[in-house]
Formats: sequence, structure tokens, C-alpha cells
Amino acid sequence: MFAQSKTSAKLAVTVLAVTVLLGLPALNAWMPAGSFLRVSDFSINLYGKYLCYAILAISVDLLWGYTGLLSLGQALFFTLGGYMMGMHLMRMIGSLGQYHQPIPDFLVFLGWHNLPSFWRPFSSFWFALQMVFIVPGLVALVFGHFAFRSRIRGVYFSILTQALTYAACLLFFRNSLLMGGNNGFTDFKFLLGQDLRAPATQRWLYVATALTLIGTYWACRWLSRTKFGLVQQAVRDREDRVLFSGYAASHYKLFVFVLCAVIAAVGGMLYVPQVGIINPSEMAPDKSLEAVVWVAVGGRGTLIGPVIGAIGVNALKSWTTRAFPDMWLLILGTLFVLVTLFMPKGIVGLPGQFLALRNRYAPRFKVPPAATEPAQELAKTK
Amino acid sequence: MSARKEFILMLEGVNKTFDGFKAISELNFYMDAGELRVIIGPNGAGKSTMLDLITGRTRPDTGKVEFGKDTDLTRLTEYQINRLGIGRKFQTPSVYVEHTVFENMLLSLPGTRSVWEALFSRVTPAQRERIGEVLKIVGLNDRAQTRAGALAHGQKQWLELGMLLAQDPKLLLVDEPAAGMTDEETVKTGELLLSLAGKHSIIVIEHDMTFVRQIASKVTVLHQGSVLFEGTVDEVQNDDRVIEVYLGRKKKDNH
Repeated sequence: MFAQSKTSAKLAVTVLAVTVLLGLPALNAWMPAGSFLRVSDFSINLYGKYLCYAILAISVDLLWGYTGLLSLGQALFFTLGGYMMGMHLMRMIGSLGQYHQPIPDFLVFLGWHNLPSFWRPFSSFWFALQMVFIVPGLVALVFGHFAFRSRIRGVYFSILTQALTYAACLLFFRNSLLMGGNNGFTDFKFLLGQDLRAPATQRWLYVATALTLIGTYWACRWLSRTKFGLVQQAVRDREDRVLFSGYAASHYKLFVFVLCAVIAAVGGMLYVPQVGIINPSEMAPDKSLEAVVWVAVGGRGTLIGPVIGAIGVNALKSWTTRAFPDMWLLILGTLFVLVTLFMPKGIVGLPGQFLALRNRYAPRFKVPPAATEPAQELAKTK
Repeated sequence: MSARKEFILMLEGVNKTFDGFKAISELNFYMDAGELRVIIGPNGAGKSTMLDLITGRTRPDTGKVEFGKDTDLTRLTEYQINRLGIGRKFQTPSVYVEHTVFENMLLSLPGTRSVWEALFSRVTPAQRERIGEVLKIVGLNDRAQTRAGALAHGQKQWLELGMLLAQDPKLLLVDEPAAGMTDEETVKTGELLLSLAGKHSIIVIEHDMTFVRQIASKVTVLHQGSVLFEGTVDEVQNDDRVIEVYLGRKKKDNH
């Protein structure tokens, strides 16, 4: 029975993955407008955004659910990745901006005539792509090195990550950083020679995001089953024992922290061309908190949970902000409280909770655990 | 100190103060290789602090802590000290509750501990065999695929002992192994520790005097952070000072 439910869960994930990857873009591309099955350009764009958030959510969960490190600054790395791609997209506007100058509009506005030197290499897509990995990775490496070396744990770690993202947010608000100030970057035109406003480009961006999400999911799944994954989860459950077994727990934590920064950054990189804007409010502390709520709602400590949570909560947000525009934060807060109190394992844990309830109120279906366990042991050892 | 004998562990003139409380005071402690030593003492005598000092969890204010020939432990981290061959069992069972018994053991086997190795290593048949052997010793060989969190308290204690054995340390530090065990389990634990002495050097902290009597040849009594007395169980139980600070109360409890 146990094996059966596992196979069906696997099947469900595969069906979901294929639908998201191929089904939706196909319905967008080939269904005639006005058909019941047609997925609108607007929807594809919106779903693409959800998938970017799902990548961010996986990075939060790999830290929180798997390593016991609750990072409240994960949106910083997401936004940094977005900014790196944003810099390239700004360069691709060429002279089509409002001021018809060869440099980005905000620089003209600030009185610049030539491109600042650090902007120059971003004309290359490949350079920008590398920076998506390198810049957030380096920030995480330096911050993580000092945090883990000083053995900052638990709530202190959370507060520190929150402070880091807030500080970065304030820094990016400054015009003198030459990163667009509070308006950030927007009005993008082209990516790899393709018009970003064309539905086909957006559809391909959606497919790229879905592929990245599926790849990230499988990579993290692989990781969680290696010996590294075992040590990582051991750090979460009993860090003392890990240290007293000869593992430098801080090295493992640093590796995960940098990896998660890069995963979040890739999500941000894909987010920017689809949403068409990036500004410092994306790294405001509440954005990171929201990502934590997605993971809690979906189910932390699982890999499918954050994906379900990110898509589910954001779909709810899109609906609520249209139906009851002022109620969103209230609903989000209530959701978090309810999930924490009544669904400790999130949506993913619901079947288990129902099963437990059924066993409690219908005792005749209950299989005595003593009778099943040795049988399972036997089956597994053989 | 005079002529230098080869101790496996040596603490000399060690002091440690926590917020004005002198947990360890001018402590001198010497131990031969292969010895099974029991440390007793009333609450707050500094027993667990002493283990913390040896394993690098806290550092002494002054004094020397040396392992084997001139290895200064006061500058090393917990994991570096562990890699030298010092294993520790905590007072409350500390196992990875979400992992299976087998996985708990796997993480304890000797081998490199680096991140890269952990990413690409696979379980070898030799490792499987070794895990099977150790699980047999601690009586958990039919529970290999059980989640450690689902084990009974005594079984968790045994699993942690098994994890220590898997590390094959030169020096084992065991903090109250019999806590929360049934009498039968306690006796088995004692037999296990006795069978390990000789090959390994072992320090056991214990309260249960029946258990101490079962395993100890030499007992060190700690009181207010320094050694009050050292001798056999009988000598300890007949020493006036020991009776006064510790056993007197304890004896009444037992009867």
C-alpha cells in the first residue's frame, strides 16, 4: 500500500510537470482566441511569474526545511539575479529609450553622457548570465562565511538575513549606486534579438522557466538523497552530533547557503524579462517573508511542497487583489497563522492528516503497527 | 610534573569559570591508554564541563588539555578533535531522528568528511557489512530501516553507542549511558563497555552506583570542579570525605 501511494505521487508529479511544461504553452500557441481551452498571453505571463516564485520557494525550503536555516533574506538573491539580467536588458534597449541616447534613460537623467565602466560588459548576454551566478553567490559566500564561522544560529541567523536584505534594499534605493534608484529598471525591449513584447518570446520564456524549475527540482531531489543530503538534514536535526562525528557543519551550511542563493538568483533572472520591471522593493523584507509563507503553506521539508505553495498562494493573491484589493495582507497573515496551527506539514501533509483522522475515528480500519512493521523491515532488507 | 609517562589524556591545572561560577578549579586528571575510568560526583561537580573541555565545546580559561603525545586540544574545534579519535556520547540520546538507523550509522563510519566527498560517495559493500556488524553488537540489526525517532529510549541510547563504535575512536567519552534504561539494559550496557576497554580508552560519567560497581576498576570523584579522590569502588565508598560530599546522601537514597 505504501509503495503504491508513492508511485501514484510520482505519477501525479510527472503529469503536473508535463502539463505545466508543454500543455499550457501549447494551448496558448495553437488554440484559437475565444476558445474555451485557450490560455491567454496574459495568463502565460502570469504563470511564468508563479514558476519563478516556485524556484525561489525551493531555495527557501532547501535552507529551512532541509538544513534548519530559516533565511528571511532569500528575496535579496532573487532580486540580485534579476538586476544582473536587468542590466543586460537595459543595454539591449539601445537608443530606443525616451531620451534616444545610447545609455539607459536613468543615467541620462542623472547627467551621465557615457556608460559607467562597470556597466560595459553587461552588453554581453553571456557575461550577464555569469554575473547572475557570481554576484549573488559571492554575497552569500562572504555573508555565510562570517555568519557560520561565528556560529550564528536559529532566530539570530533569521534576523541577520533580514537585516542584510533590508540594508541592500536601502542601498539600491540610492541613485548614486547607478542602478536605477527607486525606479529600478524597466521598459525592456529585446532579449537575444527577440522582441520581449511578442507573445512567442514570452511563451519561450515560460518554457525556459518551467524547464529550469523541473531541473532545479530534480537536482535538489538528487542532492537530498546523497550523503551530503543526509549530513544536511542531520545538521537540521542534531547539529551537535554532526560536529562530534567529525563533520565541519559550517562548511556544509555554507555550501547550501551559496547554492540556494544561486537557485534564487536564477529564478530572479527569469522573472525580470517576464514581468518587465525590477526595482529595490523586490528585496524589501516582506518579500522574503512572503516566500517563507509559500513554503509553510505548501509543506516544508518536501520539494513539491514549496512549488505547490508558491503557485497556490500567488494564484490566490492574484485573485484576491482583484476581488478584494485591500484584504490581501490580512488574508496572507490569517493563512499563515492557520497553516502553522492546523497544518504543520502544509498542503502536502494533508492526506496524512486525513488518514490519521480516519484511523482515529474509524478504529476498525486501523492496522496494528506492530503487525506491519516487521513485514516492512523484511521487505526492505530483501 | 615529573618524569613524563605516556598518558592518552591529560588535564593539568585547568580552570573554567562561567559568569562567576567556578565550574572547574585547578583540575588535574591523567588517564592511561586502554583504561576504563568512571567519573562520579554530585550535581554541579563539573563532570559534563570536563567532557566539554576535552571535546572542544568550551575552552579552559587556563591550563593544559592534551591528548596522546603533545596534542593540545584547547586550540581545536569539536570536529577536529573528533577526527583525532575522540568520540562522545551525550547524556540525552542524540541521534538523527529523521534518518533510519542505517543512515545514522552510515554518517558515523570513519572516512573523509569533506563536502565534495559527501556529494559523490556511494555506500560500499564493506560499509554495509561493517554497519551490520556494529548493529549486531548493539542489538539493533533487525531495525536497520527503522526511523531512529521511532525507537524506544533505550534503543536510541544503544544506537548512539553504536554510532560511536562505528567511528572506532581511541578515546570514548560516555555521559550517563544508563540513564533511562531498564535494569537489564543497564547490565548489557555495562558488558558492552567492559568488552570495549583495552582496545579503546573509555571515560564514563555515571550516577548509578550498581552500574559503577559493575564496570569500574578505577573511579575518580569530582567535587567543586577538582578531583576529590581516586581509587577503586571499595576505596571510594569507604572514604570519609567522599561519603560526606556525595555517597552519604546517595547511600541513604539507595536504601
